[in-house]
Amino acid sequence: MKAFNITLASLMSTVLIGTSQVSHAAPSLEKMWETLQQQQKQIEQLSKENKRLTEQLEVSMEMKQQASETKQSAYASKGDTSIGGYGELHYNSFKDQDNKLDFHRFVLFFSHEFTDKLRFVSELELEHSIAGEGQTGEIELEQAYVEMDFNNKHSAKAGVFLLPVGIINETHEPDTFYGVERNPVEKDIIPATWWEGGVAFNGQLGNGFSYDVAYTSGLATPTTGSNAYKVRSGRQKVGNAVANDGAITGRVKWTGMPGLELAATAHYESDLTQGQGVAGTESSATLFETHAVYQKGPFGLRALYARWDMDGAAAKAVGRDEQVGWYIEPSFRISPQWGVFARYNEWDNNAGDTAATEKKQTDVGVNYWPHENVVLKLDVQRQSGAANTDGFNLGLGYQF
Amino acid sequence: MMQSLNRLGFIGIALVLLIAGTHAHARGIYQEPEAFLQDTFAEGVPEPEMIWVTKSIRPMVEKILGHKPNALRIRYWRKASRSAWILEEIGKEKPITTGVVVNNGQIERVKVLVFRESRGWEVRHDFFTNQFKGATIQPDHQLNKSIDGISGATLSVRALRKQAQLALYFDQTLKSP
Repeated sequence: MKAFNITLASLMSTVLIGTSQVSHAAPSLEKMWETLQQQQKQIEQLSKENKRLTEQLEVSMEMKQQASETKQSAYASKGDTSIGGYGELHYNSFKDQDNKLDFHRFVLFFSHEFTDKLRFVSELELEHSIAGEGQTGEIELEQAYVEMDFNNKHSAKAGVFLLPVGIINETHEPDTFYGVERNPVEKDIIPATWWEGGVAFNGQLGNGFSYDVAYTSGLATPTTGSNAYKVRSGRQKVGNAVANDGAITGRVKWTGMPGLELAATAHYESDLTQGQGVAGTESSATLFETHAVYQKGPFGLRALYARWDMDGAAAKAVGRDEQVGWYIEPSFRISPQWGVFARYNEWDNNAGDTAATEKKQTDVGVNYWPHENVVLKLDVQRQSGAANTDGFNLGLGYQF
Repeated sequence: MMQSLNRLGFIGIALVLLIAGTHAHARGIYQEPEAFLQDTFAEGVPEPEMIWVTKSIRPMVEKILGHKPNALRIRYWRKASRSAWILEEIGKEKPITTGVVVNNGQIERVKVLVFRESRGWEVRHDFFTNQFKGATIQPDHQLNKSIDGISGATLSVRALRKQAQLALYFDQTLKSP
């Protein structure tokens, strides 16, 4: 019993001493709280870091997947070849005419960069959805040229290309302009879309000036019939084109301040008929075109004037020795998605005669861009003078 | 006579092209990225850092670009309140390389470094890029000022506007907690 008491006393003293030691080493509650807070902070930081690393790992996995897909893609494996395109579906409803639904243009661009200074550019177009004998549409090669840079300001190209004239001849993707159909002045007077085969030089002259000079095949207008000397009927589209007489085109453009473009083009053909008519029907011809494009904030303005002058008695006899037109188009961008416009056009392919052959057209409409490269359009057109096709147009356009 | 002149004209121009071609130089490099960085950080270019287009910022990046991002890791350079970004965005077909400097959340400078597109080269001019100076990004991630476009260069203008927005957005995310 004595022994038990001694052992108990000894054990108690040991516990007491131990407790006294623990009590001495234990942090205060405040210290423990501080430590806890620090640990919590570390946990949060580690958690954030963990989240960041997990996300980066996901990105890495995606990049690896993309790289793998790139290797499998025929196009992407040719990294210097790129494709693009645009298209437009139109619904036309005109007075006293059948309503029409037309996939007006389906276009594919293919380009290839041989080197940094040498590239190939092409544009292949299917018009009116179906082509072939007896069909309404056509397949057209509008561009196919090789371009070479002399330096970082001057280039040359050879092949089939769009002539440097007008506003929409070179830039006509549907989301870049107002109105479902392209304006009638550039269509019938310039005549857009106009492409020829040949060579061209272009470059920058400084102070916002740039130049284009082209030596190409020319038009071959009929010399008889209702379309005699009508420029639009002379487009040969570089399909076995008669190239007895070439054409030279020069343009000077100034884009020296934001939002403003001023340009003038002169084009000369030594014989618009390519010598295809009977003797005495030859006609040398000159086109002069000038335009201004201005955009300031939401306000936009386009204005263009174009005029053909043709020599020769035969062209004069049918009143086609002068063909002229102009238009003005104010617009307002309500928001990035919505824009409205109005356009007034006057043009006359028989301006050389005294008959009242001048055509007038007013368009008013709206564009809606659900995406920057996709557009829905609606416009109303009213014609007067020698034309009387009134109605409305609906359109869907895209580019990529 | 005219036909002979025509032939001579074509042959002459073809010869010019051929001769000129032997002396051709690549176009479109207006400033090397290294030179742009040295211009920006005259006192010494800082070490590059990397921003990852993780899922937390990716939706906004896609909204600004209007498509999936081409790069998921973007290098940038930062010193004090300034950050410099070298970004690539396709206009029509080819990437445009642009340097953007952001200072205190505002655009200090936009410089087209490499332009590879066949149209729209006007965007490289100072009169165009100077419009971005002082621009900030709004809560809807649009720029706070309108940028006047260039006729015929719509896609290049659009690409530069996106690059400016993106640099401002990235800069903003660096300062977010």
